[in-house]
Amino acid sequence: MVQARRGGIGRYYDVNGWLFVAPALGLIAIFMVYPILWSLWMSFQAGRGMTMQFAGFANIVRLWNDPIFIKALTNTMTYFVVQVPIMILLALILASLLNNPRLVGRGLFRTAIFLPCVTSLVAYSVLFKGMFAPDGIVNSTLQAIGVIATPIPWLTHPFWAKTLVIIAITWRWTGYNMIFYLAALQNIDKSIYEVARIDGVPAWARFTHITIPLLKPVILFTTVISTIGTLQLFDEVYNLTEGKGGPSNATLTLSLYIYNLTFRFMPSFGYAATVSYVIVVLVALLAFLQFFLARERDR
Amino acid sequence: MRTKPTNILPAVLTYGFVGLMAFLSVFPFIWMVLGATNASIDIIKGKMLPGEALATNVANFFTLVNVPLVFWNSAKVTILATVLTLAVSSLAGYGFEIFRSRQRERLYGAMLLTLMIPFAALMIPLFIMMGKAGLINTHIAVVLPTIGSAFVVFYFRQSTKAFPSELRDAAKVDGLKEWQIFLYIYVPVMRSTYAAAFIIVFMTAWNNYLWPLIVLQSNETKTITLVISSLASAYYPDYGVVMVGTILATLPTLAVFFFMQRQFVQGMLGSVK
Repeated sequence: MVQARRGGIGRYYDVNGWLFVAPALGLIAIFMVYPILWSLWMSFQAGRGMTMQFAGFANIVRLWNDPIFIKALTNTMTYFVVQVPIMILLALILASLLNNPRLVGRGLFRTAIFLPCVTSLVAYSVLFKGMFAPDGIVNSTLQAIGVIATPIPWLTHPFWAKTLVIIAITWRWTGYNMIFYLAALQNIDKSIYEVARIDGVPAWARFTHITIPLLKPVILFTTVISTIGTLQLFDEVYNLTEGKGGPSNATLTLSLYIYNLTFRFMPSFGYAATVSYVIVVLVALLAFLQFFLARERDR
Repeated sequence: MRTKPTNILPAVLTYGFVGLMAFLSVFPFIWMVLGATNASIDIIKGKMLPGEALATNVANFFTLVNVPLVFWNSAKVTILATVLTLAVSSLAGYGFEIFRSRQRERLYGAMLLTLMIPFAALMIPLFIMMGKAGLINTHIAVVLPTIGSAFVVFYFRQSTKAFPSELRDAAKVDGLKEWQIFLYIYVPVMRSTYAAAFIIVFMTAWNNYLWPLIVLQSNETKTITLVISSLASAYYPDYGVVMVGTILATLPTLAVFFFMQRQFVQGMLGSVK
């Protein structure tokens, strides 16, 4: 990298560089950095509506004694722990199957599996709500083929409502992750697979011993963005379960709880800001953990 | 011999699995289109044949919703967000490459760190800021916080590495100023990068929900996603009408996707390289 020379041509680049990046950095500073710091300050304040005063750690104490917060946190972590691995594995399997040039119609399959990504989170949530209605198409199909005897209460039973959210986000995001893996797979030298095949390494072992290790950086990348996405889950839960967070808060997420604390209940900005910082801390912790684990496995 | 019996089972399993996944991915779209042609009661019962209620559903949708206004609102927000985001981010992406300051990587790193900030942590301060600025219920308030996007800057900087420096040097010899190089050489050369970024930003803006839900409170400013959501959350939603709405809400992004599929996939790939 060329070091900046003071004065002369270096100065010229410097000024131009600053001018080109200034609008973006300015906007990010105003609409990201400033609000996040404000939010931190707010989390030490308590009060209703606009009348707030410094409250020290009162909000953090309140977190521990708030069963709804505990519920929202547990739900969010459940979505994360259950959904992210399922989706990543599914996307990996699909990508490695669809990377096979001898597979007839793979372009069509890829497009089909990728298609959910272009719909809005709201539109598909609305569709899923209809499909999974008590006498809806999913229940009637499952009954017709004899999988279940009575309809599953997808929207009204705490367990099934959670399951529905997981099914819905898996449907929406698997193809998105698959594209990243397909891209990475195309950069892998095909002769590695040829050699393994000739040596009689079975397909599953080729997948676990060649594909997964070689894709590790991309898997890390997709896991981190999926983690961030899952911790921010809002649109789906809001639209699938009537905006309240499902039967007895069974599908409530942290984002939805913040929304409720701010815009649905009596506004409680300070406490809502504290809950939002829980997400910030979780995102940072989990991303750090994922980077750390990826590095450990390298050794 | 390529068709040894041992090769048949994996092939059947592969096609079966991939086919099933493709079917499950496409099924809600089929259901949506068939649903638009059926009455609400038939949709819920899971009728999977075309019906005769399309005209009624469309008519009902147009009575319930001021379609031109809602579409105009969505289009306005999306176009503003897309054009401004592309302009600001590509300037920064190019800027970070020509930037020779010692602070460059530190600034860039700090900017990338903002990718980790969840929106939920911003929405209350943003809401208060917009309130103080008197922008609640305006489309400017929807667009403003989305323009400075670290992700799109990152994408443009990654792609700028492929921009030939010989072109810049030649232009400089010809006496072009940096902004002229950007406008007359960089922008036309990086067409495909712009196309891919366009699709990603367009889809995000069109589908945006949580922030517009907070900021847009009157019916005159609401976008299509907000309208679909409120139609579907009625106590007895008319699913035929809802289907017409979801089709209309999905069509623009679907069209953009199919017309620009190649750039879209390249755009997704570009961001991991």
